[in-house]
Amino acid sequence: MAKKFLSGNEAFAEGIRLARPQVISAYPITPQTIVVERLSEMVEDGSLQSEFIHVESEHSALSCAMGASAVGARAFTATSSQGLLYMAECLTYASGGRFPIVMMNANRSTALPWNIYGDQRDSLSQLDCGWIQAYAENAQESLDLALMSYFVAEHPEVSTPFMANLDGFVLTHTYEMVDVPTPDQADAFLPAYQTENKLDLEHPRNLAFSAGPDHNTAFKYKEHLGLLNAQKAVAEAEARFVEIFGRQYTGLTENYRTADADYILITLGSIAGLARETVDRLRKQGERVGLLRLRYMRPFPGAEIAEAVKHAKAVAVLEKDISFGNEGTVYTNVNSALLKAGLSMPSSNYIGGLGGKNISQTEIEGIFRDLKQETVRIQFLGIGGEDE
Amino acid sequence: MTEIVWHGRGGQGAFTAARLLGAAYTMRGDDRYALAFPSFGPERRGAPIRAFTKLDNKPIGDRSEVEKGDYSIFLDDTLFAEAAFSELKPEGKILLNTKRSPADSRVIAIDGDTLAAEVLKLPITNTIMLGTFAAIFRDITLAEIVEAIRQYMPEKLHKKNIAAVTAAAETAAREARR
Repeated sequence: MAKKFLSGNEAFAEGIRLARPQVISAYPITPQTIVVERLSEMVEDGSLQSEFIHVESEHSALSCAMGASAVGARAFTATSSQGLLYMAECLTYASGGRFPIVMMNANRSTALPWNIYGDQRDSLSQLDCGWIQAYAENAQESLDLALMSYFVAEHPEVSTPFMANLDGFVLTHTYEMVDVPTPDQADAFLPAYQTENKLDLEHPRNLAFSAGPDHNTAFKYKEHLGLLNAQKAVAEAEARFVEIFGRQYTGLTENYRTADADYILITLGSIAGLARETVDRLRKQGERVGLLRLRYMRPFPGAEIAEAVKHAKAVAVLEKDISFGNEGTVYTNVNSALLKAGLSMPSSNYIGGLGGKNISQTEIEGIFRDLKQETVRIQFLGIGGEDE
Repeated sequence: MTEIVWHGRGGQGAFTAARLLGAAYTMRGDDRYALAFPSFGPERRGAPIRAFTKLDNKPIGDRSEVEKGDYSIFLDDTLFAEAAFSELKPEGKILLNTKRSPADSRVIAIDGDTLAAEVLKLPITNTIMLGTFAAIFRDITLAEIVEAIRQYMPEKLHKKNIAAVTAAAETAAREARR
């Protein structure tokens, strides 16, 4: 391994180089652009053997990746925000077709008002499209996810596309020291992609076909099972990963000081770093607080969440998302998990970081302070704008 | 944690300096962590920009912009104003590229433009100010800065920028002895 000082985007690109996709379809959009720029440089300098196809839109980027996947090639693309929404039609094609494409999404606000900064409304609006969704916290996890994503997506019992999410700017454009594995290590971890789900002259078959009312539910059920199977594949990938690279990941969730915590903050993405520091600071003051980080939103870790918070007096979900007219989508999902497990502690929702708004340590401490009141609230953090 | 705020104009390389500093700091074994990032948003040549470097002996979770820094480094004194002091921690210092001699004891003045003209033959002071910082900040060596330049700048820029940080560090050390 070599240590390199990289941004989240660059770390992800290093992970993709190690995963050796045979086709990369690229259409740039801030704050994702650096990923495809770096990959184009790697193809140019020969350190990555791949067909780099510069397409004319995001719709074409994902369509192109599907075409590649349909002949059995390992395919990569990346997008963000409006680009992801422009791809929306193709998202369900890729998942329904069971094409294990990996896509990096740089989480960014969606228009209007126009805004290029980070929040998670883009990917969370696409939770139902049948893709695996993971959220990285830092640059090292971004690189490691890039490698693991193919293992999980291409797992024969999964065969489902994988969306790896990196918070725009605060993760994609922030530089940190990252361990970059050697190609030999990566090859030992990630087997070549093999599938029967491809166009093959020796074994002709029909892909991407119609299925009427009689058969449709069966296909959708199998698609659902494939996504659920990703949990097992994640565990398998991580067990293999720690053996080769020495870094241990914890499945769909990460528990931090939750075991004896009265009050637990549930969140996802790069804000977990600050939340962890806040937990440490409050613990020093004798507060029994903890952090539950959702590393994956699909498959949804409902049982893990219930298990982690079952002794808590109250929980809060902090998310960079709002489902207008209701509440944060992560919160809705978490509450469903609590209800199924028969848990009835107060659960609150904090909506922050929209359009790149900073979430401060003071605000996170405020959430823990609110939790002690053991009431239910749905609240926006730092609405601002009054003086504009 | 040591927090550094870089002030420059688009094209002066403030973020490059911020990044080189983070890379240099983390080079020495374990328990050294750094984050480096620019102020996010549209980039325009000549417009004021800020960049940030955070250094610590444990992982850094706070990815937000620095509100009050231990050091503010100005590549361009037209960006320096009284407000700069409100962005400093109580013991904080300002490194200012200027030909003037500010009276405030919190300000360390360096004539970076003259050094840059001599060494780089260009009015670019990012690595000059980085070299100055290396001489002032105890927890980093000039050798680590030089290594960061070797690893993270394009090869054609190595020679001049290594000369720039070295000259700046020597000048700063000489000033300090006076």
